[in-house]
Amino acid sequence: MMASSYNAKEEDGHHSGASSHGAAGAVKSKKPDNTAFKQQRLPAWQPILTAGTVLPAFFVIGLIFIPIGIGLFVSSNNIKEFQIDYTGVDISSPCYSCAKNFSWNSTTPCVCYVPFTLNQSFESNVFMYYGLSNFYQNHRRYVKSRDDSQLNGDRSALTNPSKECEPYRTSDGLPIAPCGAIANSLFNDTLELYHIDSNGTSNPIPLAKKGIAWWTDKHVKFRNPGGNNNLSVAFHGTNKPVNWRNPVYELDPSDPENNGFINEDFIVWMRTAALPTFRKLYRIIQKKPNTTPTLPSGKYLLTITYNYPVLSFDGRKRMILSTISWMGGKNPFLGIAYITVGSICFFLGVVLLIIHHKYDTRNNSADIPN
Amino acid sequence: MNLFEQFHRLANIYFVGLAILNFVPVVNAFEPEIALIPICVIMCLTALKDAWEDFRRYQSDRKLNNTPCFIYSRKAKKFIERRWKDVRVGDFVKVICNEIVPADLLLLHTSDPNGVCHIETSNLDGETNLKQRRVMSGVCISDPDFEPESFNSLVVCEKPNNNLNHFKCYAEKPDKEKVGAGIESLLLRGCTVRNTDHAVGFVVYAGHETKSMLNNNGPRYKRSKLERKLNKDVIFCVILLFFMCLNGALGHFLWLQALPTVPPYLVPDSNGHLDSPGLSSFYMFFTMIILLQVLIPISLYVSIELVKIGQIFFITNDIDLYDEATDSRIQCKALNITEDLGQIEYIFSDKTGTLTENKMVFRRCSIMGTEYPHKENAVRLAVLEESEAEENVLFNKRPQPVKPRWSLDTEDTNFEDRQHQHGSHRKSKVAGNAQSNVAFSSPLETEVIPDRKLLQRISRAESSSRSSRSGSSSSQNIDPYLDFFLSLAICNTVVVSMATAQRQRVNGFSHSLQSNNPMDPLSNMPKKSGYFSNIFTSWQRKPNRNRTISEDSVVEGDIFNLPEIMEEPGDINGLRRCSLYAPTNSDKPATTSDNLSYEAESPDEAALVYAAKAYGFTLLARTPDSVTVRLPSGEDLVFEVLDTLTFDSFRKRMSILVRDPITKKYVLYTKGADYAIMELLGTPYAENLRGIQKKIAADTQHHLDCYAKDGLRTLCFTKKVVSDKEYKSWFVNRQRALAAIENREQLVMDTAVQLETNLCLLGATGIEDRLQESVPDTIMALREAGIQVWVLTGDKLETAVNIGYACRLLEDEDLVINMSCKNKLTCTSIVDCALQEVRRYNEDPRNVDTTPDISLVIDGLTLNMALSSDLQDRFVELAKHCRSVLCCRVTPLQKSSVVKVVREKLKVMTLAVGDGANDVNMIQAADIGIGISGQEGMQAVMASDFAISRFKHLKKLLLVHGHWCYTRLANMIIYFFYKNVAYVNLLFWYQFFCGFSGTTMIDYWLMIFFNLFFTSAPPIMFGIMDRDISAEILLGVPELYRTGQGEGEYKFSTFWVNMLDAFYQSLACFFIPYLAYQGSDIDIFSFGTPLNTISLFTILLHLSIEIKAWTAVHLIIIGGSVVLYFVVTLAYSAVCVTCNPPSNPYWILPRQMADPMFYLLCLITTVVALLPRYTFHVLRNSIAPSPLVQAKHLDQLDPSTRSEYIKEWRSFRGGGQVKSSRLSTPPSPTLETPVGMYPQSPTVSDIMGDEFTLNVISENYQRHLHL
Repeated sequence: MMASSYNAKEEDGHHSGASSHGAAGAVKSKKPDNTAFKQQRLPAWQPILTAGTVLPAFFVIGLIFIPIGIGLFVSSNNIKEFQIDYTGVDISSPCYSCAKNFSWNSTTPCVCYVPFTLNQSFESNVFMYYGLSNFYQNHRRYVKSRDDSQLNGDRSALTNPSKECEPYRTSDGLPIAPCGAIANSLFNDTLELYHIDSNGTSNPIPLAKKGIAWWTDKHVKFRNPGGNNNLSVAFHGTNKPVNWRNPVYELDPSDPENNGFINEDFIVWMRTAALPTFRKLYRIIQKKPNTTPTLPSGKYLLTITYNYPVLSFDGRKRMILSTISWMGGKNPFLGIAYITVGSICFFLGVVLLIIHHKYDTRNNSADIPN
Repeated sequence: MNLFEQFHRLANIYFVGLAILNFVPVVNAFEPEIALIPICVIMCLTALKDAWEDFRRYQSDRKLNNTPCFIYSRKAKKFIERRWKDVRVGDFVKVICNEIVPADLLLLHTSDPNGVCHIETSNLDGETNLKQRRVMSGVCISDPDFEPESFNSLVVCEKPNNNLNHFKCYAEKPDKEKVGAGIESLLLRGCTVRNTDHAVGFVVYAGHETKSMLNNNGPRYKRSKLERKLNKDVIFCVILLFFMCLNGALGHFLWLQALPTVPPYLVPDSNGHLDSPGLSSFYMFFTMIILLQVLIPISLYVSIELVKIGQIFFITNDIDLYDEATDSRIQCKALNITEDLGQIEYIFSDKTGTLTENKMVFRRCSIMGTEYPHKENAVRLAVLEESEAEENVLFNKRPQPVKPRWSLDTEDTNFEDRQHQHGSHRKSKVAGNAQSNVAFSSPLETEVIPDRKLLQRISRAESSSRSSRSGSSSSQNIDPYLDFFLSLAICNTVVVSMATAQRQRVNGFSHSLQSNNPMDPLSNMPKKSGYFSNIFTSWQRKPNRNRTISEDSVVEGDIFNLPEIMEEPGDINGLRRCSLYAPTNSDKPATTSDNLSYEAESPDEAALVYAAKAYGFTLLARTPDSVTVRLPSGEDLVFEVLDTLTFDSFRKRMSILVRDPITKKYVLYTKGADYAIMELLGTPYAENLRGIQKKIAADTQHHLDCYAKDGLRTLCFTKKVVSDKEYKSWFVNRQRALAAIENREQLVMDTAVQLETNLCLLGATGIEDRLQESVPDTIMALREAGIQVWVLTGDKLETAVNIGYACRLLEDEDLVINMSCKNKLTCTSIVDCALQEVRRYNEDPRNVDTTPDISLVIDGLTLNMALSSDLQDRFVELAKHCRSVLCCRVTPLQKSSVVKVVREKLKVMTLAVGDGANDVNMIQAADIGIGISGQEGMQAVMASDFAISRFKHLKKLLLVHGHWCYTRLANMIIYFFYKNVAYVNLLFWYQFFCGFSGTTMIDYWLMIFFNLFFTSAPPIMFGIMDRDISAEILLGVPELYRTGQGEGEYKFSTFWVNMLDAFYQSLACFFIPYLAYQGSDIDIFSFGTPLNTISLFTILLHLSIEIKAWTAVHLIIIGGSVVLYFVVTLAYSAVCVTCNPPSNPYWILPRQMADPMFYLLCLITTVVALLPRYTFHVLRNSIAPSPLVQAKHLDQLDPSTRSEYIKEWRSFRGGGQVKSSRLSTPPSPTLETPVGMYPQSPTVSDIMGDEFTLNVISENYQRHLHL
């Protein structure tokens, strides 16, 4: 039966088809191509999200997330961190008087000493940060108030800074280098750390000031005009920012390589913080090659040359000592979040399992009629 | 200006406004130059598109404008070749055969001695039959050489208008005599001159004033329902934007207020002055607008256009919507309402040509009260239908040399008949492509097998009339039988064209020309298709022919042959056969009727002429002044045509006034609808018949009713002998009416009515118009899809009802309310009664789970009353409860008013489908107009939004493409809103941590790219290609269509739920990184980069949840977007050291990507952001799957099980346990009430309620199955 009708078709195509083929040759048929794409019959994977199909996904998420979360939590807890607020809001605070008597123009530096005790010893490299609160480095106009070309060592930008720097573009008729509000408000407290050993003598702790900025910033993005030789010549004809005490080429009197735009403290400051409460890397306390901890537990003294006013905007200043791990600084949030989400997924997986048992069997039987 | 363009402009204004805001220094959020990028990209895209279209238009314009034409030059005193653009009003233009008319010409002269010019108007209305135009009479002397100089009349014509079928003008001769002219003397621009060597006309309208140009009012624009809703949501977005900006401004104000002194990070302006908090927060408002501008999805409009282009591409490429016979695809004329196809609730359909083939077949006739049923013809038709299916097998059968097929004395003719018909049908099939386009001639129409009794009766009548004529020349009585067929042949406007004089077609059918040559070498034959059938028929024919020649009744033999020989001129076989027969055909004059081809304005006329021809009354030629008819005896009669009273929809009849060449009497033949004729019957046909005239009328009426019951189209034929005196007085009136320029139609019609009185009935015909294939199936499917189908027809009530049953619009068990009343009072009471009945039925608690199967049949007069303002509401309510409504005897205007009333009162989506000029109003009134490119020309197609070739295509167009387009677009739009809100909100949340200062933590270039490149392609692809359910399931389970009706998937709540989800997701995407980075030394852009990455993942994975079917294309585009993001961002952050000053993304992403935190953050944030949506989907699909999800389950079964399943389910429904009208969900899925995704509006819950009840039934069904 099938064969005969097939045959008939063949015959049909052979004989009668001839003229219609001829016609097709003369007039292009408008018949659409019978391709999978044009007929929308491309092979497709059509997942249906039902309890049965997604159950494994939930369990898998749960099983992956919970260990990650635990790992993150543990490693966050292993990070040792110490913070001390030295703003001097309280009268009892050692820096109270410095904070009170501050003005940007005062020439005599105000020094205050904050003693503190570390209960735990810090084993590996310790990072020393200064932290500012309520300082909106991310304010739109503030963020823009800089000239990257100038910082990149462009000579024309040095003498003619970008308009974005207004009103910190020129002072006394000379261009400011570095121009702009960010540079102008450079954090200029000096922090020194002394370890007070058991017999009461204070030993200064060596603070490395190199390697605190991004390598790319230090070497690519920030450059001094005319190379690094003789910066005072290179910066001739520019003025220092209004709030600064020293010109840019005298930022670090101890190390001529760390002056000008490539001063690392300056570079760190210029990388504006994302949030109003932030910390910035100040110094690194390198781990000593011997086995003693970098910072053994005990008494310490923090000496602050108090220059930077924050009370005018209700800000706070902190000094932070922290070790870091592969996940950065101490922050238990991510670990907790992973554990929570993993648990929720696991729980949902169980709920779905129940639902699957309750509903899906019926679905299946209904699907395939016998 | 259409609304879309207006909106486009609004969007552009919005853009420009934003750009300007960016240039105001105090408010700018970004670099002003960069802010211009999105507007530039979008405008460039639009400009490119427009430029391309303009260029193509320009090219075609230039081509057209430079087409050569002949214009009379007064200087050169001859016609010289100029360009179209030089044609001016008042010029004389000469048009050669097959040329296109360059302007509207008043025809003054033609090469034809009768002053006739044939034109083809296919460029204007698509009608391919020739139309005659006549030289304006009495103005010029029609000598062979027309001298334009001799034309010295003043032509006054009406103002240019766009009515193609109406024109008034008069020419005032120097002697002040006025000669009127109408459309019959006007050559319209764009028409092609055919069959006429040349014609000269006087330009009355040129250029943009021509009727065709005035008709050409650009592409249609309709706004879809979805788009209207969308615009509403855009307004909500604007409000949202406003509040978010207000929030920002207020926040900024409060933040500034809270500052005790000026902090170092607050940058004053250049002269060291800080704005007051109030002022700066005022500025901040505008900054926020710029910052959050993406919230208004302007790019959505561009995307929607792209998506629709893609959707239309797929619709037009659907092979199922392609019609082999006419070689036509579906045409989408309206480009922006594809998604409305998925929301249709009411379909208004024309009957003739839409539900039916509009290929008229002469079936039966009644002459002088005697019925001739034409049984053989009926048998033949039945066989033909069958043969279509078995064609292939049958063709393989060896043709057998057979006995004479038809003869009066052989009774058993059935088998041979079959054989022959298969053969001939085969032929016509082969040549079908060329044929179908040329005229109304299919094998069905052309081949009428005469009724034997009637044939005998005719030959008797003829011989008697001949003898009587020869006996006494004054004999007045022609036999009514002969008269009947004469009127069939004469009373029409059919144009005869010779096969040899086949007009040339400019486009398309050149291959048919080759075959026009009768000398086509016979040696070619075996190669050609018709080989078998050719030999076959010739075998058959020869004995037949010999017999007829040898026998005395030459006429009859010829009659038998004619139908088969009669082929379309383009038909290879027919012609070749003619050449074969030429030698034997010695008893005929040179002009054989074989190669005649009839071109009629309506297929009915063609069918009637062919029928007359089958009985030997062959229409040989028609000129405006004469009609030549060959009688069965072989005698050619030339009737002088005195006037033609053309058909109009008011009179519903046409007449032709001729002068009988033998008796020299004025005879008026009238044909028309029975009710238009019956009341005009007057004196009996002849004195000796007077007594029985009454009876004839009654019998004929009875037969007519029978015909109508069988679904045949009926026409009555009458004759009237007009006396000389009567004619003369009438002629004067007529001339006056024709010359009138005011109110001319009315006057002309009045004169027609004057003459059409006292008619004598000759008989009636019944013409069958067969249903198109799979019409009942399609109607059933549409109804199951929850679409109410109304049929609006001009036919008689009986015919309409009959067709209604045939196409299963009406079911046997239905309660049919028949509304046909003469006055308003009864009409009101009927409506009230019916309404009460329906309401009572619905309120009856026992009927909760059933809907009454009520059908309403209403006639035009009653409809008029029902649609009057006071009854309208009640009527519509009644109609709402009816399963189907059938309106008959409706006028085109009524059709459109019905559509309008239903559309406006019920607030539903309507679709009108029709094929003729009478459906144009309706097509334009409906939300979607569908034209069927059928037999009645192209007006409907021109007015339509979509043009299909068969009614059955509607099923796939609506159920599959409609559903797809709608769900795709709805989901795409929702997704687009979501995407923008989710992304922009990241910026918004950040404002809380930067003192509402308008800082962005994401580099602006990356933000622009994010919207323009990284996330734009996936939703577009989603909108074009997603496929929630396969076409097979959608066709198999029409109920799924209901998901799109009413509110559909794009509900108001859907919008808000998605907005909430977007808010949630943006919260997750912002605050998880925020908490993770809180208090650390992270800088702005290092913070923004993971956010950007996270939201890219979230947004794309969100789309992945929504995508129902993954193909390679989906994977590539989504994967490509991610890759593109990383490549571009990495490249950007590696190369750009100081290029984008404030942001400076240098080396940020590489550094981030070296940090494991980045990946951990991406992972958890994406999971948290998408978890609710994912879980929600899962829970809904598991606990309360929507019908669509159930269908998807069905989709995953292997094809054989699936089709079996659908079949079983269908057969069960058809089995009568549940009435077929019942809305039912597939019994497969759960027994639960399907709960929609979102809270439902009442209308939706109504539907759902129904589904619930059905599920109860389906439970029974399952039990039944398991037994």
